[in-house]
Amino acid sequence: MSAHTPEEIRKETRTYIVVFAALATLTVITVVVSYLDLPTGAAVFVALFIALIKGSLVVAYFMHLIDEQRVIYAILLFTLVLFIVIFALPAGNFADQLRVD
Amino acid sequence: MEIPYTVQVRPDTGLYNAKLGIWLFLASEAMLFGGLFSAYVLLRTGDPGWQSEALNVPMAMLNTMILITSSVTVVLGWASLRLGDFKKFRLYFGLTFLLACGFMVVKAFEYSAEFEHHLYPATNNFMGIYFTLTAVHGLHVLGGMVVVAYLLGPGAKMWNSEPEHFTNRVETFGLYWHFVDLVWIFLFPSLYLL
Repeated sequence: MSAHTPEEIRKETRTYIVVFAALATLTVITVVVSYLDLPTGAAVFVALFIALIKGSLVVAYFMHLIDEQRVIYAILLFTLVLFIVIFALPAGNFADQLRVD
Repeated sequence: MEIPYTVQVRPDTGLYNAKLGIWLFLASEAMLFGGLFSAYVLLRTGDPGWQSEALNVPMAMLNTMILITSSVTVVLGWASLRLGDFKKFRLYFGLTFLLACGFMVVKAFEYSAEFEHHLYPATNNFMGIYFTLTAVHGLHVLGGMVVVAYLLGPGAKMWNSEPEHFTNRVETFGLYWHFVDLVWIFLFPSLYLL
């Protein structure tokens, strides 16, 4: 949960600035990598991997999920399962297409 | 009638109610955008004639920086309230509002340039999903701007009467805003760079 003493809050503030710098740097890296003309598979992997790191930083520090109550983790775990299901749906279509081809 | 657990933590959840509420809302939002991203994957893998259009990467990068910066101003605004500094909160949230305006202006320039090049939602599958994803995301930015304006305007009165309740409102808004930022973090490479 959120810290309460002014010193702890100021410490958190410094963390936010560090996270911001990391996010900005990773954004630049994403764009630079996109100009390297990597093969499609590698380009998708690198771009999504960097996006995943950036997303994790936002969720962990800005949304302070790094230190949250169990009920929220439970909600997010349930959401994650459904999220994976919704992404698995196109896989069926993809497999169908491979069979047709 | 008083709404319970707006400030006090509810013993069974360990949270004030609005925080649990916003996380449930964000879970539903994750499914909304999950469905749209899933449609993007379906279209991309299922369309033999798939063609990504060359979009304006520098403008999108600028918008990424704008949104990231606005996420920082939101957490700094919240931290200021926790330190009792309302003036700084107003400064950070004023900046957040301006940054959100900046994001929408850049997006408007992008859309108008695309229309000039005769790229519309009906042009091809890529443009269809591009406009759907970015417009739904843009509506979320607009919704956030309304809340920021409220927290800076009429909603700010609560700071004088119930400062902790107001601080919690700002925190819950922040969670929403970071989610909007998070969605863009994935939209940016998916639509502009791949």
